[in-house]
Amino acid sequence: MVEPYLRLLVAQVRGQTQYRASFVVELVFSTLMTALDVVTVFVIFSVNDRLGGFGGTEVLMIVGIAAFGFPAADLVVGNVERLRVYVRTGLLDAVLVRPLSALGQLVAMDFSVRRAGRVVQGTALYVVALVVAPVVWSPGAVVLVVLAPLSATVFFGAIFVVGATVAFWWIESGEIANAFTYGGRDFTSYPMTVFSGLFRRVFAYGLGFAFVAYLPALALLGRSDPIGAPDWLRWCSPLVALFAAGVAALFWRTGIRHYRSTGS
Amino acid sequence: MTAVIKTSALRKDFTVWHKTGRLRRQRRVVSAVDGVDLTVTEGELLGYIGPNGAGKSTTLKMMTGILSPSGGQVSVCGLTPVPQRTTLALRIGVVFGQRSQLWWDLPLSESFSLLRHVYRVPAADHAARLRRCRELLDLDAFLATPVRQLSLGQRMRGELTAALLHGPKVLFLDEPTIGLDVLSKQAVRGFLAELDARGDTTVVLTTHDLADIEKLCRRLVVIDHGRVVHDGTVAQLHAAYRSRRRVVVDLDAPWPADLVLPGASVERVEADGLRVTIALEDTTAGELLGRLAGSVALRDLSVREPEIDDVIARLYAGR
Amino acid sequence: MSDTSTSGLPRILAVVAAAGFRRHSTYRQATIAGAFTNTMFGFMRCYIMLSVVDVTGQAGGYDRAQLATFVWVGQGLLAVVNFWTPPELAERVRSGDVVADLLRPVDLMAMVLATDLGRAGYALITRFVVPVVVGMLAFDLFLPADPLTYAAFAVSVLLAVLISATCLHLVALTAFWLMDVRGVTMVWALLSGAASGLYFPLTLLPDWLATLLWVGTPFPSLMQAPLDVLVGRGSAALMVAGQVAWLAVVVALARVVQRRALNRLVIQGG
Repeated sequence: MVEPYLRLLVAQVRGQTQYRASFVVELVFSTLMTALDVVTVFVIFSVNDRLGGFGGTEVLMIVGIAAFGFPAADLVVGNVERLRVYVRTGLLDAVLVRPLSALGQLVAMDFSVRRAGRVVQGTALYVVALVVAPVVWSPGAVVLVVLAPLSATVFFGAIFVVGATVAFWWIESGEIANAFTYGGRDFTSYPMTVFSGLFRRVFAYGLGFAFVAYLPALALLGRSDPIGAPDWLRWCSPLVALFAAGVAALFWRTGIRHYRSTGS
Repeated sequence: MTAVIKTSALRKDFTVWHKTGRLRRQRRVVSAVDGVDLTVTEGELLGYIGPNGAGKSTTLKMMTGILSPSGGQVSVCGLTPVPQRTTLALRIGVVFGQRSQLWWDLPLSESFSLLRHVYRVPAADHAARLRRCRELLDLDAFLATPVRQLSLGQRMRGELTAALLHGPKVLFLDEPTIGLDVLSKQAVRGFLAELDARGDTTVVLTTHDLADIEKLCRRLVVIDHGRVVHDGTVAQLHAAYRSRRRVVVDLDAPWPADLVLPGASVERVEADGLRVTIALEDTTAGELLGRLAGSVALRDLSVREPEIDDVIARLYAGR
Repeated sequence: MSDTSTSGLPRILAVVAAAGFRRHSTYRQATIAGAFTNTMFGFMRCYIMLSVVDVTGQAGGYDRAQLATFVWVGQGLLAVVNFWTPPELAERVRSGDVVADLLRPVDLMAMVLATDLGRAGYALITRFVVPVVVGMLAFDLFLPADPLTYAAFAVSVLLAVLISATCLHLVALTAFWLMDVRGVTMVWALLSGAASGLYFPLTLLPDWLATLLWVGTPFPSLMQAPLDVLVGRGSAALMVAGQVAWLAVVVALARVVQRRALNRLVIQGG
């Protein structure tokens, strides 16, 4: 069942690597771009050694989960944001007349290898965080060490898909999805204690971004949430990720029925 | 004969927002397809025409599972297109004149082998079909060329092949000859005629080029404002719209302006009155000639059959 | 006669700028989407910066209100000063359409800058206003008392727009030599984002690095300079003077590069 998608993916990668110079430059700089986000966190950190009541290695734990989850989701389904182009130009028609899932095709057809560099970088950061941060090891923690970054990936993947489906209703939606994808990545890299007010309530709990990195990091560090989330909630990221994936699937199905196929 | 495509009261509504003021907008529902009943039997080659915005492409998109209908029924190969999209995709082939199905950066031959995996076609079947297309469409010269470097005519021949490699029961062609040069048009038409002669593939063809219709289609469906306004043979269309034959006469002396011709009308007088085009309305060419022979000095004459362009133009103009 | 040619050019450029303004005013939905995104990032960055200040009372020489202003006005300026939109000219060079630009009786670079000023003007009354107003409602912003400060800020923003547009023109000109300018565009986006004060105030960096950026690169002139002028950190006169100097440098460089690029086009036929 997977084989046709793999073939599409390989074809796409081969097409890309034809422009070799550009490919290498993009690989290098997109990796540097992500490094910059991490640098930003640490420049801010350099002012004083605590951020929102958390120490350096604790924040590194949060950053590590987010720095793996986002690029991994971006690598796997991030190119779904190209849906906007497919809808605007009507190219989605060609996708819909093939005997494969439309989402699967989009993901395979625009797969971009240059995003792989960031996943490697994110993985390294996560491993470093696990080594230097004061993790309270337990059987549950061991499971969470594996599940947390995967849940983060699934969650961000769902955000990418939901963000992309906006194009079915609103073609000129422009960069609005970025507020939740790239915005979500930045948001999840910090302890939730940094934010406050309605903004925190909406993004952290309303949209569930607290579950990406902050709450599982608290569980791994054996700390309770200073802003009052019950302890058991720290272990719920995998469930929240599955729920998000379900919501994304619903958005996708509804969206594709709304597709208007412009042009002739 | 079994029906391969069947639609009844098929409808597609689009909501459009109308600007009525600086910020105010009004909602309006437009029916792009407004109750189309159509039955296409196995092996038919159906021409589906209409002016821009008449609903041709929208109908095709509902038949291929791209758009979900707002009302009515559609079934293709016994399947309901949108819910059974991926199953249907294995049984139909689609060519959009203005959108490519091929992989831009890959050689044509690789697009073909990729499609074999996408459609899960047995290697032997794939090879046999590809061989036939290569012969009939002269593909060999550019099989190794990346698609982005192909001319439009070459690309269209590639698209046709791509749509047929999985041996579809129905082939949908949306303006396959648009923008092509004369030779490529001939190649595409010749290929479709051959496909039609074999009789195992049902073809639905939309086009703006009426020569496609005249050369290929026995049955013609004309759609306008989302409704079918004609469904029948090309000859029936001429009959229904009373297409007129014309007699063009060359004279030795200028045309007498006061000459009365019952059952015929003078359409055009050219060359200082030495060439006249007369349309036959309610008379025959023989009767007209008898009358002319007594009144003017005939040098030469020709009879012109009605052209489908004229009929269609009148059909569109009368809407 | 010579009078018309000298008074004609500003008129032509004004028309070109107006066209740039109108063209962007047609992208109304994208403007709304962009303003929303900038606002969301404004909340996030503002909370992050404030959490830094809350521990020590100040950060990089800014107090709470100054830092909030820095973030929110920065989010507004982000759309006014062009950081990310890839230069259109590069695509026109690739497609060969640039020949049509050269047939016009006005210098290519003057056209590009005028168009961008028009775009920036539209962004100023739409995408600049939204985050700044939201920021003012949600946080205590620092508002300078001296009207002269606002005038200096306006001048500084104008200079920033011009420097950025000229640098992007330089990026676009590389298209005459390179087939694909995506790589160069990415380098520009990376450097201009990181070194301009967009992600964090440059004053948070070690002194030697900040000084190096100010003196050695045009990047701080794009964002840090107008924001520092507004919140009154450092000498406004010095920063505006630095911007003027950098504008002179990049314009001179762009003139030279453009002349070579066009020569190359004329000689090699594109």
